Amino acid sequence: MAAAEARWNHVWVGTDTGILKGVNLQRKQAVNFTAAGQPQREEAVSALCWGAGGETQILVGCADRTVKHFSTEEGRFQGQRHCPGGEGTFRGLAQVDGTLITCVESGILRVWHDNGKEASSDPLLELRVGPGVCRMRQDPSRPHVVATGGKENALKVWDLQGSEEPVFKAKNVRNDWLDLRVPIWDQDIQFLPESQKLVTCTGYHQVRVYDPASPQRRPVLEATYGEYPLTAMTLTPEGNSVIVGNTHGQLAEIDLRQGRLLGCLKGLAGSVRGLQCHPSKPLLASCGLDRVLRVHRIRNPRGLEHKVYLKSQLNCLLLSGRDNWEDEPQEPQQPNEVPSEDTETDELWASLEAAAKRKLPDLEQTQGALQTRRRKKKRPASTNS
Amino acid sequence: MVKAGEKNGGGGKKGLKRKAGTLEPQEAAVSEDGTTESGVQPPTAAAFPPGFSISEIKNKQRRHLMFTRWKRQQRKEKLAAKKKLKKEREALGDKAPPKPIPKTIDNQRVYDETTVDPNDEEVAYDEATDEFASYFNRQTCPKILITTSDRPHGRTVRLCEQLSTVIPNSHVYYRRGLALKKIIPQCISRDFTDLIVINEDRKIPNGLILSHLPNGPTAHFKMSSVRLRKEIKRRGKDPTEHTPEIILNNFTTRLGHSIGRMFASLFPHNPQFIGRQVATFHNQRDYIFFRFHRYIFKSEKKVGIQELGPRFTLKLRSLQKGTFDSKYGEYEWVHKPREMDTSRRKFHL
Repeated sequence: MAAAEARWNHVWVGTDTGILKGVNLQRKQAVNFTAAGQPQREEAVSALCWGAGGETQILVGCADRTVKHFSTEEGRFQGQRHCPGGEGTFRGLAQVDGTLITCVESGILRVWHDNGKEASSDPLLELRVGPGVCRMRQDPSRPHVVATGGKENALKVWDLQGSEEPVFKAKNVRNDWLDLRVPIWDQDIQFLPESQKLVTCTGYHQVRVYDPASPQRRPVLEATYGEYPLTAMTLTPEGNSVIVGNTHGQLAEIDLRQGRLLGCLKGLAGSVRGLQCHPSKPLLASCGLDRVLRVHRIRNPRGLEHKVYLKSQLNCLLLSGRDNWEDEPQEPQQPNEVPSEDTETDELWASLEAAAKRKLPDLEQTQGALQTRRRKKKRPASTNS
Repeated sequence: MVKAGEKNGGGGKKGLKRKAGTLEPQEAAVSEDGTTESGVQPPTAAAFPPGFSISEIKNKQRRHLMFTRWKRQQRKEKLAAKKKLKKEREALGDKAPPKPIPKTIDNQRVYDETTVDPNDEEVAYDEATDEFASYFNRQTCPKILITTSDRPHGRTVRLCEQLSTVIPNSHVYYRRGLALKKIIPQCISRDFTDLIVINEDRKIPNGLILSHLPNGPTAHFKMSSVRLRKEIKRRGKDPTEHTPEIILNNFTTRLGHSIGRMFASLFPHNPQFIGRQVATFHNQRDYIFFRFHRYIFKSEKKVGIQELGPRFTLKLRSLQKGTFDSKYGEYEWVHKPREMDTSRRKFHL
């Protein structure tokens, strides 16, 4: 039953204990999915990305260097492949045209052939991007372009169909006022839509915008926020600002046109590990080391919408980009709810029987499974906190 | 002026009262200060008709007088009500409804969703494989390094010495201005499992940093109410070398569990009951009280305790994942006063 409803989950979160959690915000429920049935710390989820075919498949990158395929339609893991090479966990996962792109911490970026379960152990392409990689991100508009960056590893943009050399390699800013070299620590990278620009957030609490189209290899814009390393970043739906999170759980929205702080979001108590904005709605999902998934509303008014306690430390998340959040989980339930209540209190629902009878013949088969659904249905009526 | 007429200047107090009783009704109807609305009848009229309140009397002595009289009346009414209730209770005997429990902040505590359920498998797995697993699996024995911030004063030094008698297998070292980040790799190579740093400010210890060593979490506490051994009244003789028992009270939430385990991993596994010593970490309203006692059973149910050892109170400020790195470390929990302390009934530990 939980597996059948997995498609209605709004947020998918990967944890440190190897569990993939699907969270349904309407019902405020989280369901655990594990490949082996037991949580295992060796399989800690370090990267998540959508698989092929819209949002029906999720690729889960684990700490033991396996990439598992999870189907949201069926609600179970379908297969996995081992991606050896290099050391460290996955820092980036992407898929394009039936191939899988992985990047590990030691800087080995590999493209694998991803056809079902048969795993040919040789990568199609291998690139060395330099040690200490913190993030590899794929450009959503040009899927064969990826960007990598890390600690003492400058931002590089690679074209996987092109040459072995990076298309764009960022240059470090000038020495500071004491004439000391400014250290580099790119923690997260995002591609700005409708242009070639990239935004990075660093461990030295800077947010930088780079423009490969301009002759300048140094950042075009630099803004700072706070005093703690920024660990995660996401673009807002309008595309003019980014939201960053740091190790103290502070979330801030920074305008990229002027480089100034627009506002902050409260609530998180631990380091922010994953951030994602919905593509059209003003919602932001955040997860971190304080074991709670929070969904904030970014504008009018800015505040917390949902908060779900998930018992393990959360590493990364995927927010479903679909528009109709409210309708779909309830449609299969509403017709099912009434006939199951009929069996309990006939007098009360006698008046409704006439309305329900229309749908009875379709749903009698599924009646047994719906007893528990009825209980869950009551929750959306109550206020969420 | 009209009001002044209400109480003839001077005169007996009792006389005033009676006269006030008669004058008031006329006066209220006459005077329209805007404060007394003729249409409004206050529910607690008592001796004073509508709209009038004691606080409007401008003369301080008279105001005080009226207030004390009112207070006396209230107390009398309260006693009468209590007596009546008691009588009713006795009259009913067994059928009396149970006494209502007084509300306290601890009773009214907001239910924390992170409270650990003992049957929860996910949390059990998380705890079984976290950084303290090697201690709880009996694979490592604790070895503690106690030090202070640089250039400690007498109180802090004495607290460190006393702490090292309380915690077995602990060593006190003088902090020669060394950076913690440099001390930690050295500790790890010498097989220390925990590092305690007592921070001092203006000659009194005020902070505690507890770092579990191989790669474990670091907790930063605010320390207050520190009492050294000589400041404790009616204390027992100095603690012996026996391993104490540990009591961890009221660590219910997930965060509380982590901190509780951190404290537990400071002490060796098998307490020596011969020593009859016990160290208690009692959490109440997010404050952790540390006490060290020696107990003796005088009979089956009666215990006598002697307080030994230092006593202090801790409040958690932050829990950082990884060893001490306040600038670049990732925090599991940070105390944010303006966000977390808005409700008096919400606690985090």
